[in-house]
Amino acid sequence: MTSPNRPRSFQEVILRLQNYWAGQGCAILQPYDMEVGAGTFHPATTLRALGSKPWAAAYVQPSRRPTDGRYGENPNRLQHYYQYQVIIKPSPASLQELYLGSLRAIGLDPMIHDVRFVEDDWESPTLGAWGLGWEVWCDGMEVSQFTYFQQVGGHDCRPVSGELTYGLERLAMYVLGVEHVMDMPFNDPDAAIPLSYGDVFRQTEQEYSRWNFDQADTDTLFRHFEDAEAECARILGADETDSAGRRIPMAHPAYDQCIKASHVFNLLDARGVISVTERQAYIGRVRALAKACADLFVTTDAAGAQA
Amino acid sequence: MPDLLIELFSEEIPARMQSRARADLKRLITDGLVEGGLTYASAGTFSTPRRLVLAIEGLTAHSPTTREERKGPRVDAPEKALEGFLRSAGLTRDQLEKRDDKKGQVWFATIEKPGRPAAEIVAEVLESAIRNFPWPKSMRWGDGPLRWVRPLHSILCILTDETGASVVPLTVEGITAGDTARGHRFMSPEPFAVSGYEDYAAKLRRARVMLDQDEREAAIRQEADSLAFARGWEIVPDDGLMSEVAGLVEWPVPLMGVIEERFLDLPPEVLQTSMKEHQKFFSARNPKTGRIEGFVTVANIETADDGATILAGNQRVLAARLSDAAFFWENDLRDAKAGMEEWAEGLKSVTFHGQLGSQADRITRIAALARKIAPLVGADPDQAEQAAQLAKLDLRSAMVGEFPELQGIMGRYYAKAAGHADAVADAARDHYSPLGPSDAVPSAPVSVAVALADKIDMLTGFWAIDEKPTGSKDPFALRRAALGVIRLVLVNHLRFNLLNTIQQGTRLVQQQRFLAAVEDTGADYEKAAAVLGVSADTLKDSKNAIRRDLLSAEEEEVERQKLYEMMPAVEAAAQKLFAADADLLAFLHDRLKVHLRDQGIRHDIIDAVLAQPGNDDLVQVVNRATALNEMLKTEDGLNLTQGLKRAGNILAQAEGKDGVEYSFGADPKFAETGEERALFTALDTAEPAIRGAMEAEDFPAAMTAIAGLRAPIDAFFEAVQVNTDNQIVRRNRLNLLSRIREAGRQIADFTRIEG
Repeated sequence: MTSPNRPRSFQEVILRLQNYWAGQGCAILQPYDMEVGAGTFHPATTLRALGSKPWAAAYVQPSRRPTDGRYGENPNRLQHYYQYQVIIKPSPASLQELYLGSLRAIGLDPMIHDVRFVEDDWESPTLGAWGLGWEVWCDGMEVSQFTYFQQVGGHDCRPVSGELTYGLERLAMYVLGVEHVMDMPFNDPDAAIPLSYGDVFRQTEQEYSRWNFDQADTDTLFRHFEDAEAECARILGADETDSAGRRIPMAHPAYDQCIKASHVFNLLDARGVISVTERQAYIGRVRALAKACADLFVTTDAAGAQA
Repeated sequence: MPDLLIELFSEEIPARMQSRARADLKRLITDGLVEGGLTYASAGTFSTPRRLVLAIEGLTAHSPTTREERKGPRVDAPEKALEGFLRSAGLTRDQLEKRDDKKGQVWFATIEKPGRPAAEIVAEVLESAIRNFPWPKSMRWGDGPLRWVRPLHSILCILTDETGASVVPLTVEGITAGDTARGHRFMSPEPFAVSGYEDYAAKLRRARVMLDQDEREAAIRQEADSLAFARGWEIVPDDGLMSEVAGLVEWPVPLMGVIEERFLDLPPEVLQTSMKEHQKFFSARNPKTGRIEGFVTVANIETADDGATILAGNQRVLAARLSDAAFFWENDLRDAKAGMEEWAEGLKSVTFHGQLGSQADRITRIAALARKIAPLVGADPDQAEQAAQLAKLDLRSAMVGEFPELQGIMGRYYAKAAGHADAVADAARDHYSPLGPSDAVPSAPVSVAVALADKIDMLTGFWAIDEKPTGSKDPFALRRAALGVIRLVLVNHLRFNLLNTIQQGTRLVQQQRFLAAVEDTGADYEKAAAVLGVSADTLKDSKNAIRRDLLSAEEEEVERQKLYEMMPAVEAAAQKLFAADADLLAFLHDRLKVHLRDQGIRHDIIDAVLAQPGNDDLVQVVNRATALNEMLKTEDGLNLTQGLKRAGNILAQAEGKDGVEYSFGADPKFAETGEERALFTALDTAEPAIRGAMEAEDFPAAMTAIAGLRAPIDAFFEAVQVNTDNQIVRRNRLNLLSRIREAGRQIADFTRIEG
């Protein structure tokens, strides 16, 4: 890991990934502006994996998993973290090679590391989605998830998208040789104002951990869930033709409500107010929304549907 | 004779699927070739994470020419019929032959099918194998329609004979077969051409791929052992892990690491499980300390720094994992020493089953039942009850939350930490056993009591709510629970009436239902009674009795009987379910049959024994069946069965006709022949001998005694006509036959013996 090619900061890892995938022809998108549990929820993945239109995108997605909050004390666990997401449709034959190129780009040379593709099938019950692939191991550590999408929102993916997800903090900690996430240099350590990951996020981890576990008002959250669910259904049920007679189905606005419901469910889960049996029911309700959004999206231009 | 080499080169195949895939590839291809008319001398299969390979030696170069004769219409048949025949045979009239037949002259066709070259057949068979491969899970990729376990990149398919190698022409969805292979993904990625299996395997090895999974396993084992040996350690054997690891690498490079001192006090099971589950490490044990002190990880690459970077990385990941484990262990120990009350409390909110309450409810039932079982298995009732109350608390521990497979194992550590007796702590570990037909069966009395209570509660609970296994559906693993009960009883030679214990279990399920109804309604007796369909007064009376029976340990058995009288509604509900218990016993009998069949005892023999009273004493059932099984292997035994059946049939006929039961009063003075008298004498000797042996449960002796009747019975039937005109003699003979029937019934229901 003492290669001269080694990045010096968290942001350098991200920037190198951005450059690498831009160089491979991906559209570099920005994070989706809503709270999500993983980069997969970004409509650039969930919805764009549907339909026949080719697609290639890469982006950083801030992700929130309220139950993983540890008040910033655990060296590896955060309730807010970053994923790097790449999605290419149809999946190119060289996707594994492209992926390995991205590891080289951030200073992980597969000639001195042990890079392995270990079976790990991916399933998202809330999105009604699944795929086959691997978790990629580097020296025994999982550094990425590599998936060929087979179904999303209950629809068969044709063509199939290849999806890569990097857990950025963990990957960067390994590349930079840092033991505790909060100690990781965020910008260049030699910068005039050097900032660590802790300088940026320690306080927010504390605040959100408290709010997620103890303070989030569950009555309000339950209401938000119901509202999002109802609004999603309403949007989906609206006439596809607007007052001017144009066909404008609203798959994306509806899907936003689905994302919202999913995140509210995660918050309720962290508050411990959802029992084991109710859990399945809530997941089923979110999945129903995701499926309905997918059903609508596949009828639209962006999915390659013929008018 | 050409050799065939096939390599299907893909992205990484899951390790667990490789072994099946090798067998499937061999089966699909060789079956197809044989069906196509080819033969071969031998076939070998290999796999690595990226390739599935089949090498066939001594394949025939062509399928043989075949001739088929077909009979056509008569020569004088209408022209239309002949035309139809020619069309179907694909011949012209001059190729037909006239032959004489019984009914005159008939057209005959000889259709000759020329043999086909092997390449053509191989191409068809391989394409079909690829398209129809039975992967447990397969996928599509890109924009193609093909399915494979992961994207399929290339197909190598060559036939090699004296003149050299030739590629079998074949294209599947854009992938054209060729003669090139690739080596190790990183160490030797360039493609190279191969001319046959030997060449292929040799070039692969140069390209850093060890093709044969057995060789990879052996290499890993040898290198891991020698790395361990150098430190005076030994590798903990793990075949499952070995085959998985060998399926994850093409070029195995074992590396040994040391576990940091601060983690060495973790229980060895925790170290082993964490290293295996998360990182697929082998554990290295120091025989001097008995502790797990090191590990071996198997890399897939030789590096310039001899694996230093790889080992350092793995060590880092391990440290992070074990820090988590150590954190769990310390927290759990603190909770354990504090009495585990929080865990017990926590289990109240874990649903076991919607209709059977929480895990805490289940533990209450198991504890009460374990207490009742304890005297039957020689355990101390207090210890059994306490052990049952503790046995599942570790389900709430952080460690078991992380590693569910450590349930019970951690329970034992925590119970010990809490200061409980070894017998009690051991039950936490052992009460889940036996889990399978070959799993070890606990023998310590307290463990046996809790293990039985655990399984019987599962069975009675699900029988009470009518959730029995059907066909292949057994979501609650009740067959396994039933086999567990059977093996616990048999292996430990436990003598008791199982039905009684089952009914106790059912009673507890009902008692708890009543209590739950009271609690769920906030002690509103009117409401609770309505839910249960009983009167509120009855319920009030019952409640305290239930509490005493279910939750307190003080009562003696006699007192318990009084308690049941104090809860008539519960008893009534339980009694209703005793019918289900009979069904449950029959289910246990079915499992017993399967279990004994595996040990070579025929099902009809077990049926014959199960038809006898006392069939819920499984040890006795098995002893009887075993003795009967042995006897029926002898000639006397076989013939005796015939004699007993014949006696039974004659009696049944006569009894049906006469409308009476012949069961008493045979008198030797009406005997007319020597054979008849001899049978009287033989029965006089055999009857007390059988009765005595049965009472003493000396089943082999009983069998010997009854087998002694074979000769006199045979001689009797040989010499004597039972249904004679003399009514007195006839009745006497029928009554004599009834003595034979009775003698048989002492031992088993012989009518159920087949053959």
